Amino acid sequence: MAAPALGKDLVGLEPLSAEQIRLILDTAEPFKEVSERPIKKVPALRGKTIVNLFFEASTRTRISFEFAEKRLSADTVNVASTGSSVSKGETLVDTARNLEAMRIDMVVIRHGSSGAAQFLGHRIRSNVINAGDGKHEHPTQGLLDILTLRDRFGKIEGLKVAICGDILHSRVARSNIWGLTKLGAEVAVCGPATLLPRNVHELGVTVLPRIEDAIQWADALNVLRLQLERMHAGFLPSLREYNRVFGVTTERLAKAPKDLLILHPGPMNRGVEIDSDVADGPHSVILPQVTNGVAVRMAVLYLLAGGSPDWTQQTGGVD
Amino acid sequence: MRPILIRGGRVIDPSRNTDEVSDLLLQEGKVEAVGRDLGTPDEAELVDAAGKVVAPGLIDLHVHLREPGQEDLETVASGAMAAAAGGFSAVCAMPNTDPVTDNQAAVGFIVSQAQRAGAARVYPIGAISLGQKGQQLAEFGELVGAGAVAVSDDGKPVVSSHLMRTALEYARTFGIPVADHCEDPTLAAGGAMHEGLVSTRLGLKGVPAAAEEIMVARDILLAELTGGHVHLCHMSTRGSVELIRQAKAKGLRVTSEACPHHFTLTHEACEGYNTNAKMNPPLRELEDREAIRQALRDGTIDVICTDHAPHHYDAKEREFDDAPNGIIGLETALGLALTELVEGGLMDLPTLVTRMSTMPARVFNLPGGTLAPGSAADVVVIDPAARWVVDPNVFYSKSRNTPFAGRELRGRADLTVVRGQVVFRRGADSESRTPAGAAPN
Repeated sequence: MAAPALGKDLVGLEPLSAEQIRLILDTAEPFKEVSERPIKKVPALRGKTIVNLFFEASTRTRISFEFAEKRLSADTVNVASTGSSVSKGETLVDTARNLEAMRIDMVVIRHGSSGAAQFLGHRIRSNVINAGDGKHEHPTQGLLDILTLRDRFGKIEGLKVAICGDILHSRVARSNIWGLTKLGAEVAVCGPATLLPRNVHELGVTVLPRIEDAIQWADALNVLRLQLERMHAGFLPSLREYNRVFGVTTERLAKAPKDLLILHPGPMNRGVEIDSDVADGPHSVILPQVTNGVAVRMAVLYLLAGGSPDWTQQTGGVD
Repeated sequence: MRPILIRGGRVIDPSRNTDEVSDLLLQEGKVEAVGRDLGTPDEAELVDAAGKVVAPGLIDLHVHLREPGQEDLETVASGAMAAAAGGFSAVCAMPNTDPVTDNQAAVGFIVSQAQRAGAARVYPIGAISLGQKGQQLAEFGELVGAGAVAVSDDGKPVVSSHLMRTALEYARTFGIPVADHCEDPTLAAGGAMHEGLVSTRLGLKGVPAAAEEIMVARDILLAELTGGHVHLCHMSTRGSVELIRQAKAKGLRVTSEACPHHFTLTHEACEGYNTNAKMNPPLRELEDREAIRQALRDGTIDVICTDHAPHHYDAKEREFDDAPNGIIGLETALGLALTELVEGGLMDLPTLVTRMSTMPARVFNLPGGTLAPGSAADVVVIDPAARWVVDPNVFYSKSRNTPFAGRELRGRADLTVVRGQVVFRRGADSESRTPAGAAPN
């Protein structure tokens, strides 16, 4: 009766249907509660072996995945490798074959090259979960952002979400765009023209050139982290000017016709893309996003492992 | 040397504007006679070409044979044999070897390797600048003296407009073209594919069409300034086509080439991070592909070339960003051109032979490209009806990197003759990869 819910891998939200995205969000709901218990553990993935393969530095995403895995009772190994597989000397395909030879069940991969998760998924039998690949997608971040929006607004359909900042280099932006538009939200992107992909409107989003426009238009702002190296690459003149022109500030938000929900995938550059007053203010859901991250990742791991959406039945109850 | 009589084929010779069923007699390395019912000289080898097309051997102005330096990918011998199997009687080898082909000894080495191979002719192209570093002019006079037929820093653009100017001026002395890889390196830096919707979706850094067109425009202006002959390599954008059209209307000495992948595929071939669709210039949009096709039809682009670029399979078996650019093309070019352009109704066979033989010979001033009596006996016999499926495992090339594996094509070379000698014959033994005339790899 359990249909293959998601397929073998989760490489992005672009290939998923609205039903599949809703399935993950709905499956995440009961997992939220697990993290609130004194004993934060269910046996859903007992005996499963998961490798967290991080070719890029990550604190939040790696820890979030690790908690999700441990709270599902999986056995986990963390492999961190600085730099690309090329500089390491071993190719990604060799890494994949070696992992496969150790008879693992799942790989969570973070990699600096777009397409790396799909590349791995096509070459090993284990489930592969993309924890961010280059500038392509970061599907679990997109899902946790959408879950947080759904918590606050009750539904996604008809919601106006503006994604602000460096869209060009952002995998978070792409996953949010796919996930939100599939669920019927209206999505706008806002940022300096140097950091907007030329064809972004063809993805079904509105382009708003000024942050003031986004604040007037949106129900929620998802404020992206500005990578500081963009300045050196000549995309922007200075952090100061970025804050002056595109910063999400209390003064700008005061002019909004309604209270805006503020999301940020972290880590924040306070005083650059977002002011501290906003980040710590009453409409910020930045920490609830992090909490939801664990639940969403538990849901993804659980579903890819073949678990039934009704996991309390499958695992013999949570009590 | 045994004479060869090719009987009853459709003989197409654009150099003389002829297209009729006749016989072709090759003797002493030359075309002896063309006509109906030619008598058979004693001991002549007879080739029955009924239902086949007989044309001057194809000429590829743009290949990378990797020797010296990367003989594991291709050698002059294996490349020349792959060329012969693709119907090419001659290819021009780009100088981005290791070491760079920027001096007379290096040119001479390639000439001698080609003679030993005994397959298609291989003409070296010398470097424009020493080490392809874009600073000091190479010794064009000595390069030409040793056998180079053109100069190019291909693989790298000539960044300095001053260097390009002096190259065009100096090359006039020797009557050779300067072939340029048109790419503004600051716009193209870090790019992995065409900048467009697909690159946005895949999260790959794109190379805008303007990166090519800026340099095309510059080279045209410098051709006008110097009166030199600029040959624009592997054109890929509709904007480039428009610039070349304007330049030709002004009568400037501008020639250009386009590759089968650019008239067959678009950037959508990169979907799924297919590294065999990664090349430079990148696969562009449908409108660009259509513009390239029209330009090949009307002659705005003079020549079809392959940009044959061998790479190891494991070099392509990696992340898209890290995979090298380029595909092999010698053994698929004719089939793709016949299928996409001729069977597709865009051009007739004589126009195709013009683009793949007669014009390449004219543009680089090479022997061949004609079946006029007395000219070099470089001939291809094409079976235009053959249906075949591309199988890289039976390629003569040492490399397998092609996005066309599994594609069904219509038409291919049956026989290739160079200097009056058969260097490739498709037959029962062709699957064994050791046909008559082949040098061991």
